[in-house]
Amino acid sequence: MSNVVSIQDSALHHSHEAHESHHHQSFISKYVFSQDHKTIAKQFLITGIIWAVVGAFFSVVFRLQLGFPDSTFPFLENLFGHWAKGGKITPEFYYALVTMHGTILVFFVLTAGLSGTFANFLIPLQIGARDMASPLLNMLSYWFFFAASIVMIVSLFVQTGPASGGWTIYPPLSALGEASVGSVVGMDYWLVSIGLFIISSLLGGLNYVSTILNLRTKGMSMTRMPLTIWGLFFTAILGILSFPVLLSGAVLLLFDRNLGTSFFLSDIIVAGKILPNEGGSPILFQHLFWFLGHPEVYIVILPAMGITSEILAINSRKPIFGYMAMIGSFFAICTLAFLVWAHHMFVTGMNPFLGAVFVLLTLLIAVPSAVKVFNWLTTLWRGNIRFTPAMVAAIGFVSLFISGGLTGIFVGNAALDIALHDTYFIIAHFHLVMGVAAFFGMFAGIYHWFPKMYGREMNNTLAYIHIWVTLIGAYLIFWPMHYTGLAGMPRRYYDYSNWESFKMFGGMNQFISIVVIIVFITQFLFIINFFYSIWRGRRATENPWGATTLEWTTPVNPGHGNWPGEIPEVHRWAYDYSKDGKDFIMQTTPVGEEETKGH
Amino acid sequence: METATVPTGIKWWNGGRSPFNTSYGKVMMWYFLMSDAFTFGAFLISYGTVRFSYNSWPDPNHVFNAFPFAGHAHLPLAFVSLMTFILIFSSVTMVLAVHEGHKMNRKGVEKYMILTILGGIAFLGCQAWEWTHFLTGYKEVLVDGKIEHWATTISHNALGPAVMHEGRMIATPGPALFGGFFFEITGFHGFHVFSGIIINIIMLAKTRLGHFDKRGHYEMIEKAGLYWHFVDLVWVFVFLCFYLI
Repeated sequence: MSNVVSIQDSALHHSHEAHESHHHQSFISKYVFSQDHKTIAKQFLITGIIWAVVGAFFSVVFRLQLGFPDSTFPFLENLFGHWAKGGKITPEFYYALVTMHGTILVFFVLTAGLSGTFANFLIPLQIGARDMASPLLNMLSYWFFFAASIVMIVSLFVQTGPASGGWTIYPPLSALGEASVGSVVGMDYWLVSIGLFIISSLLGGLNYVSTILNLRTKGMSMTRMPLTIWGLFFTAILGILSFPVLLSGAVLLLFDRNLGTSFFLSDIIVAGKILPNEGGSPILFQHLFWFLGHPEVYIVILPAMGITSEILAINSRKPIFGYMAMIGSFFAICTLAFLVWAHHMFVTGMNPFLGAVFVLLTLLIAVPSAVKVFNWLTTLWRGNIRFTPAMVAAIGFVSLFISGGLTGIFVGNAALDIALHDTYFIIAHFHLVMGVAAFFGMFAGIYHWFPKMYGREMNNTLAYIHIWVTLIGAYLIFWPMHYTGLAGMPRRYYDYSNWESFKMFGGMNQFISIVVIIVFITQFLFIINFFYSIWRGRRATENPWGATTLEWTTPVNPGHGNWPGEIPEVHRWAYDYSKDGKDFIMQTTPVGEEETKGH
Repeated sequence: METATVPTGIKWWNGGRSPFNTSYGKVMMWYFLMSDAFTFGAFLISYGTVRFSYNSWPDPNHVFNAFPFAGHAHLPLAFVSLMTFILIFSSVTMVLAVHEGHKMNRKGVEKYMILTILGGIAFLGCQAWEWTHFLTGYKEVLVDGKIEHWATTISHNALGPAVMHEGRMIATPGPALFGGFFFEITGFHGFHVFSGIIINIIMLAKTRLGHFDKRGHYEMIEKAGLYWHFVDLVWVFVFLCFYLI
């Protein structure tokens, strides 16, 4: 064997073999247990869309309770039976709904649905590989995610209901069956489901990292990669290093729940009965949880940042501004992500000096975030902007990231956070900056790469209505929450009309709930558009957006192996737009002799 | 696949080849081990925070002083030293298996893989004995003024400080989390050893069936070796945290 392992040759060889055998694929091996990265990406996407509908519907149900605490909705009883007797959801069910809303949206939609979709779809196509490094592990990654989904769905139907201690599952509430109905058995399902989810994320992450490092085509040096790939690369590393810590926490919590240990329990009295548990610390769980929990928000936002960078450059017909600064800020965010988790725990009674350290590290994240925002804005600056649906969604992302990011500076300060902790201010902050913003990244990505995924285009009119209503709706929902939060309205309350001091927010809550319903219905425009266009959309051309990257050099419907002939070689970076009088120059075009020296 | 001589003048990061001159499988294995290190790290740090929140903790020299067939002899850390030696030695045989793989010597790989598997099974056997010793070793414990018979389990600890009771020294309940963390962490490590043995058995079978000869390299043995060494390395930390300090 030669000293230099020539990956490209072996990958080529491998895929030629694969080509032969892929002509006679059964339905099962082509669409169900597929090992083609493009099919797996679509599986992640469609499962994510189903989860998003479920999670968003839950938010509509609990917003009905918050907005109209005195009304009854008989259809809820038809749907949920004894959980909504007389058309009004019970407090226990309210907590189950908010817990599931958080769990589903954070893990199943914005982690698996977002990076599962775009990492699988874009990495091989944009770096010039036939498939992922290990298609088998890639397939397993989806099916572990599927298994996690099934367990979580089953938990919705157990008699005592699903987990209801909040998506952060703090013990002792989550550790003791006596504590709430959701902690009886729903919590075990939750932990098992997340365990499976972590395996899925690990298998996926290992594949993404090793594919990006090892399988780049000739000429595709790291600094010629599109920023989508850089975003997904750092996302995968974050996932590989932070999810295992949640796994540890989940294992310890399962032991506490089922085997009589007291890792997170000490000195507990439930209903007048003293429990024997002694010696553990519930704060320990919070440390383990947030060591994942904080990087998790970057796992959610980094792919969206990468997608946005790419789409802004393409549709401004300009090179991305500050390419190296973008990579540097990804790296900085990725590093700092591991050093700030305790800013979720300022009110746990931590040493104020330690709190100050975490304040400093937290506020440092504002620097790379600002670098990114200014780079996006300067990319737009004097660009020849085309407002495609993907572009509007990407600009929406930047807007939401700024609005939500600025309040991050408020709540990153321990002194302010002690007052704002667990109020609607926090809800507003994280929904804007990681929830809705990441969704806009996802929408942008779908609108942009839909022609590559299905060989057809989505309907633009429906897309514009969907994006604008969602964007304005998101601000109408979350902007008022800043004020109610500053006024002291706490989160996780079932009925605010019981308190004199919160009664004045009744009208505001009602308004928010109405907008939630409108935005929820608007999402069906997207879903109809998506599924209709898969079969009936206008046929796409090979490179509909005039982009430079490799995925647009494949046929309109790329087969397994992506390129029918040789994998193209790369000669330049991904952002040669409006250069030397040309609108764009593909990455595969060799550098001409008279060409201006670029990147 | 010898990588001792690295050709110069090659642009490693420019695409078309692995920047580390290694296969994707090995890159994956390294990242997996990093991930797993964080799992164990979280367990051991949790153990540390709980342990140091106590003023006293069972003394390892007295807790781990038993030896099979030695009756009540006081042999502090003797048995765990034997266990550790067995596990470290299985790492040596694993290295030799990888080395034989480089030389494409199937018989040699088989021999050392069998020894490695035996070492792993012996280690698990020792662990089973140690666990049994704790779980069945009932001791008198003074609980709320009454004498009870306790074993050291995941939720009970009969190894607390001794007090005078009716004219004789008798143990009181110790921190229950000693047992909790001991069984949880050594169990989780034992589970890794167990899966390592399964992986090694599969590798041995594939070696015997000549899969690697056909493939032209024994890289799978190398990857299994990386995992096996990692499991050994974790044991060094478990050994340090539970038995030495």
